[in-house]
Amino acid sequence: MNNWIVIPILLPMLTALACALIPASKIAIQRTLSLAASLALVATGFFMISQTMSGEIFSYAMGSWSAPFGIVVVVDRLSAMMVALTSVVAFCVLAYASQGADKRGPYFHFLFQFQVLGICGAFLTGDIFNLFVFFEILLLASYNLLVYSGGKKRLKAGIHYVILNLVGSALFLIGVSTLYGITGTLNMADMAVQVAALGPEDQAILQAGALVLMVVFALKAALLPLYLWLPGVYSAATAPVAALFAVLTKVGVYAILRTSTLIFGPEAGVGADLIAPYLFPLALLTLFFGMVGAMGSHRLRHMTGYLIIASLGTMLASIGLFTEASISGALYYLVHSTLNMALFFLLIERVSAQRGPFTDEIRIGWKLTQPTLLGLIFFGVAVAAAGLPPFSGFLGKLLMLQAAIDEPGGFWMWAVILFTSLLGLIALSRVGTQVFWKGTEVNDARAEKVERTTALQAAPLVAILAILAAYSAFAGPVTEYTDEVAAQLLDPQQYIDAVMVEPAFFPDTGMSDDLRNKDH
Amino acid sequence: MEALIASAIAVLVACGFYLVLRARTFPVIVGLALFSYAANLYIFSTGRLTSGMPPVLQKGVPLEAYADPLPQALILTAIVIGFAMTAFILVLAISGYVELGTDHLDAKEQSR
Repeated sequence: MNNWIVIPILLPMLTALACALIPASKIAIQRTLSLAASLALVATGFFMISQTMSGEIFSYAMGSWSAPFGIVVVVDRLSAMMVALTSVVAFCVLAYASQGADKRGPYFHFLFQFQVLGICGAFLTGDIFNLFVFFEILLLASYNLLVYSGGKKRLKAGIHYVILNLVGSALFLIGVSTLYGITGTLNMADMAVQVAALGPEDQAILQAGALVLMVVFALKAALLPLYLWLPGVYSAATAPVAALFAVLTKVGVYAILRTSTLIFGPEAGVGADLIAPYLFPLALLTLFFGMVGAMGSHRLRHMTGYLIIASLGTMLASIGLFTEASISGALYYLVHSTLNMALFFLLIERVSAQRGPFTDEIRIGWKLTQPTLLGLIFFGVAVAAAGLPPFSGFLGKLLMLQAAIDEPGGFWMWAVILFTSLLGLIALSRVGTQVFWKGTEVNDARAEKVERTTALQAAPLVAILAILAAYSAFAGPVTEYTDEVAAQLLDPQQYIDAVMVEPAFFPDTGMSDDLRNKDH
Repeated sequence: MEALIASAIAVLVACGFYLVLRARTFPVIVGLALFSYAANLYIFSTGRLTSGMPPVLQKGVPLEAYADPLPQALILTAIVIGFAMTAFILVLAISGYVELGTDHLDAKEQSR
């Protein structure tokens, strides 16, 4: 049986419910429970990777309602990789938040686990309407986490974010139901089969539905012109929340990658290669404007938001080429940038706490009380984010550039990535000099306002940095894996065969065939 | 019937979008509600418009005499989620009004 596929959905859900029942005064129990569950999720994530390593795709029909009639959860190499990434980020962020950030408001662990539940569910589901439901779960948790611990800035950003995503949800429904109207199915594997069989008379409506869906995913993945919400939202959120949000945009990337390879891949007949012509140029523009935004930011949090946009642009441009090598490079870069940006947000909070009234402003302020510890972590983050050797940011960009070299858009890819890397380097060096290097001495009166970073607070930061270093050192085996992920993605028949198994028992009424043809 | 439903959805979407683009929270929330109604009606229409038909397949009865139950189930899910989201944004808007002193979305006005 493949019941274990639902563990990443059930485990956070049960933990969240348990945390909701424990009173806020017993936060130590909540923390232990939440951390233990997150650790178990890390183990599950890597178990999934080990299971899917061979290339097998596992599918579990919920309630034994076989596909395409019931909802299936599916784990292939991509899903396993994304779940593992989510679990690692979640564990590190939770370890950090348990040092005090979770006491600034009620129900932190409850909301956090629900957020993880929504993200993992979105990665695992094989049903497009179920994807909508998991999107709503992760969004509702993120709305609450964003305004977590209150404050005017957060409320304002929260209202914007909620309105934007409610419009997005309505568009998602319109896109999904359009696809249901012409294919008669919601199961993604079955939809791939049905779309390939559509005639040219359905082309216009199929494309309309698919592109509406892509707009929604692009909103989640902060693709130009739908990225304007991101810096404001990410800079308003508390540090652990913003760090977890680094995974949130990857759900959009995942949804684009999944639907555009499985349902609208090259074999999809009239639905083939719908978004490729838009994705590549838009992603490069996103990268460009993201880096320009990072250059022009006055606050560290804003800058990190723009760096996330730039990294999303980079990976989506590479995905937009739709070759095995380019997707593999993008996936390698995706893991790197998620970890790196999560670390950056946590670091900024530690830095702001030592700069008194200057908080995260990028100008000369108080000298840091712990310049060595924070400065070294920043150095690692900045080198990785700017894409300098030896860190994985450099390797990821190298892989993507190599993959683009013979492609039609290769010139633009090289030009934009190399130019924006220079911009990123300038922006990060400015931070390095103004925030970390220069500064006025902290006298006794100021020293009371400085919050020192304890060893326990620094541990998750150092851990993420160590993971990044290991990720760079073991780039060989990792890229072999991402190559296999990309190869599996570009052969959607494997996914379809794994999901569309014949039910063990099904009364032979012939009605399922009638139903199937009801619209044709 | 199709034309009527289609134009009703179109009007709802148009009004919804107009209101969403307003600068104050209340019209925006009403706009979001209209927009989600439009989406729900749209889902309903994807299962073909039938009236008085059973959602149960029977042997020998043509498929035209059958109402697709799936879109109806989808609408139920969408309504529940939409209802919860509307309630949430209402609470958020009210606490925003209390805290920021204005119902302007960008909080650009002087407080009362």
